[in-house]
Amino acid sequence: MTDILFYLFAGITLISALAMVLLPNAVNGAMCMIVSFIGTAALFVLLEAYFLAILQVLVYAGAVMVLFLFIIMLLNVDEDRSKTKPAKLSIFAALAGFVMLSGLIISLFTDPAALPAPPAIEVAENPTGLSANNGIPFTTSAKSFGYSLFTKYMLPFQVTGFLLLAAMVGVIVVSKRVTEAKPESETTD
Amino acid sequence: MTIGLNAFLIVAGLLFAIGMLGVTLRRNTLVIFMSLELMLNAVNLALVSFSRYNGTMDGNLFVFFIITVAAAEVALGLAIIVALFKRRQSIMVEHLNALSR
Repeated sequence: MTDILFYLFAGITLISALAMVLLPNAVNGAMCMIVSFIGTAALFVLLEAYFLAILQVLVYAGAVMVLFLFIIMLLNVDEDRSKTKPAKLSIFAALAGFVMLSGLIISLFTDPAALPAPPAIEVAENPTGLSANNGIPFTTSAKSFGYSLFTKYMLPFQVTGFLLLAAMVGVIVVSKRVTEAKPESETTD
Repeated sequence: MTIGLNAFLIVAGLLFAIGMLGVTLRRNTLVIFMSLELMLNAVNLALVSFSRYNGTMDGNLFVFFIITVAAAEVALGLAIIVALFKRRQSIMVEHLNALSR
């Protein structure tokens, strides 16, 4: 049953990602991107990372894509309005690169002799404490996230909080109007 | 579940390749930025599958941090694109060649 679900969600994710790249309209692309993110969240559920699946839907499919759609709506840009057509050679080069990269990936991971395929390790019950290889054992509860964030990953957690503050200040600085800073305003708008 | 680690890695790798196709093929800066998000997402999928099949939680924690950094990056990148549009009235990459003139 889960095999069918894996193929279903992997197909949805890949096809909608390809549609995002190939559709000429940016709004349609953003909608396909949301479908792709939700498909990835379903794959996270199949991998028993339930907390990350919820986080993926909330942050990526929710906040990030809403931000993208707002900017697409505000800027109202289309590739048809740009006069110059892209060179045939660059399109061919991009497609050839994509075909070669995907062929490399498929041939690398489908050969059974190339890489070992380990079985899935049983989900641990106790979220706290370290396993034999000095790693936190895999659990499905959100408690292990909190335990890990405040013990092993304390410094990255603090740095990430500071990074969010820096990004917030940076967005305000970048998007602020600079009218009085330049009295000799070159009339670009 | 009989699906192994390699199947998930194929999906993650193909997602990454599609994101790379978007970055090289498209000329709209917003679509290029969305393709970058797609590549980050592919790496997230690979990290979660490695974490599941290794039996440790560390990959999931990395994905947690990557999602946080990606959210901050999207906010800042879109602010830069809007500032660019305010100055240039265009976000197509072929119009953004000021350094070559």
